Amino acid sequence: MVKFKLNGRDVTVDVPDDTPLLWALRDDLDLTGTKFGCGVGQCGACTVLVGGRATRSCITPLSSLEGADVTTIEGLDPNGKHAVQEAWKDIQVPQCGYCQSGQIMQAVSLLKDYPDPTDEEIDGVMGGSLCRCMTYVRIRKAIKKAAAALRKEEASHG
Amino acid sequence: MIKRLLAGAAAIGAIGGLGFLYYAWYPPIEPVEPPDRGSFSAEQIERGRIVAAEGYCAECHTRTDNGGGPELAGDYKMDTPFGAIYSSNITPDPETGIGNWSEEAFQRAMHLGVSRKGVHLIPAFPFDHFTKMTDQDVSDLYAYLMTRPAVHMTRRPNELPFPLSLRMLQAGWKLLYFTPGVYKPDPRHDALWNRGAYLSEGNAHCGACHTPRDFMGAEKKSAPYDGAVVDNWIAPPLNEHNPTPTTWTEDELFQYLRFGVAPLHGPAGGPMSPVPHRFLSTVPEEDVHAIAHYFADVDHAAEREKHDKAALARAMEQSRIDLVGPTVDPDAKLYQGACAACHYNAAPSPVLGRPDLALNNALWLDEPTNLYQVILHGLTAEEGQTGVAMPSFYNALSDQDMARIAAYLRRTRTTLPPWTDLEKKAAAVRKTITTIPVNSSH
Repeated sequence: MVKFKLNGRDVTVDVPDDTPLLWALRDDLDLTGTKFGCGVGQCGACTVLVGGRATRSCITPLSSLEGADVTTIEGLDPNGKHAVQEAWKDIQVPQCGYCQSGQIMQAVSLLKDYPDPTDEEIDGVMGGSLCRCMTYVRIRKAIKKAAAALRKEEASHG
Repeated sequence: MIKRLLAGAAAIGAIGGLGFLYYAWYPPIEPVEPPDRGSFSAEQIERGRIVAAEGYCAECHTRTDNGGGPELAGDYKMDTPFGAIYSSNITPDPETGIGNWSEEAFQRAMHLGVSRKGVHLIPAFPFDHFTKMTDQDVSDLYAYLMTRPAVHMTRRPNELPFPLSLRMLQAGWKLLYFTPGVYKPDPRHDALWNRGAYLSEGNAHCGACHTPRDFMGAEKKSAPYDGAVVDNWIAPPLNEHNPTPTTWTEDELFQYLRFGVAPLHGPAGGPMSPVPHRFLSTVPEEDVHAIAHYFADVDHAAEREKHDKAALARAMEQSRIDLVGPTVDPDAKLYQGACAACHYNAAPSPVLGRPDLALNNALWLDEPTNLYQVILHGLTAEEGQTGVAMPSFYNALSDQDMARIAAYLRRTRTTLPPWTDLEKKAAAVRKTITTIPVNSSH
């Protein structure tokens, strides 16, 4: 029995201790936006935020998340309009789209640390998120666009 | 002549033997009715709670295998080089716990390592540290334990082979290694230092894990806080031999001991994790400051601190290697795919929750043990930095992959010589994990 916060709500899941977070999300909590890619933490498709940090959900045991705060692609913004999601749509990043929720979550984590990332910094952090359609150039472009939007938002609040 | 000599030797031997028996023998102390809860004041019980937290009683007196057990009811399995032993029930149950122990019996156990019945306790119970506690602290602890819920539970029998199972022999161990006596303040130091030393050397028994032991299982007095292997993890040196590039200053120690993560050293994992999270986060802040103050002296922080700025700059520079700019190094690629989603860093200073491996303890130790433990287990949201979790790479990385990552990080993130036999050591650490942390049968 594990209790944690999921997209702002308290949830309790009763599964064996070694169940990966990804399985609980998709099979028990009906949040299928997070995808199963390689299953060994090497492709980034299953990335969610735990305590605000990008975390590979396919190899994170649910039992390790007692009391944690988990955000999936469904919880990023109530209307699906987080700056990164908007940029993704504007630039039409996805081709097949399978990796994009993981890419977006990793990008959100990246932008917290690098509000104005260079190409090299984007490559460094996003290097573990694979895209078989090779949309990397558009991913980079979208991250920069989202960064600019977030900086503007920050400036108007600040 | 020879006869006379032999007779003399025999006589001396007999006197020695009798002397030893006299030394070794303690009378039982009469059982008492479990004291009434009302006989202790709320203030005393609260003081006792703090003493219990600062001595981590619940850590070794609560079963963790076989589905866990009730708090303080014992049966915690300890694998010692001599065989497995199981801790005792210290709840106030009169039959299986310490319910019929008078305070006098409890004081004797803590200060001299002898049970109520007069049996010598095994030094896995660190009475060599607890002997330094004041009578008042022990009395408060008694009040706390005697007011916990009584649990009727018997522990499993110890698995010590004969003759180690003979408790009388423990007296011999004591004769060689045990110096009883309450902590005496060192007048060369101030009150904060002395408070820290009192707690660290006594109740908090830091040396029990961080000081290496000799073949008899006693802490080596010649190498205090030199680091040791405990439960298949390395308890790092706490003295000047600590190898981390930046100093364990009083502030770093305080952050680590209070919150479970030090910005310039990394999170507390494995057996150390409960020390901050379960215990030292619940005691008065001044006590944690005192312990930090004491160890900042033990590790010579004042002399080492001047190198920190350069060490930090170097670490920040090393952290960028292969993550910023193109690379063709396959080991770097492996690291990037498996680790860099979190462990990236190129900012001017490290950020909590984005652990910087060029500063991390585990990379700077003599062996890759702790690095492997963390890779295989991951860290729960309750360990290390609260609320952040690291996945378990048990099924994700082979021993060869782990060896490559370890070699790569040691090569590119430290200034130390390479580790040896990395793949063999990865397999050895993996073997110690009996419960696989995460299911991969997809």
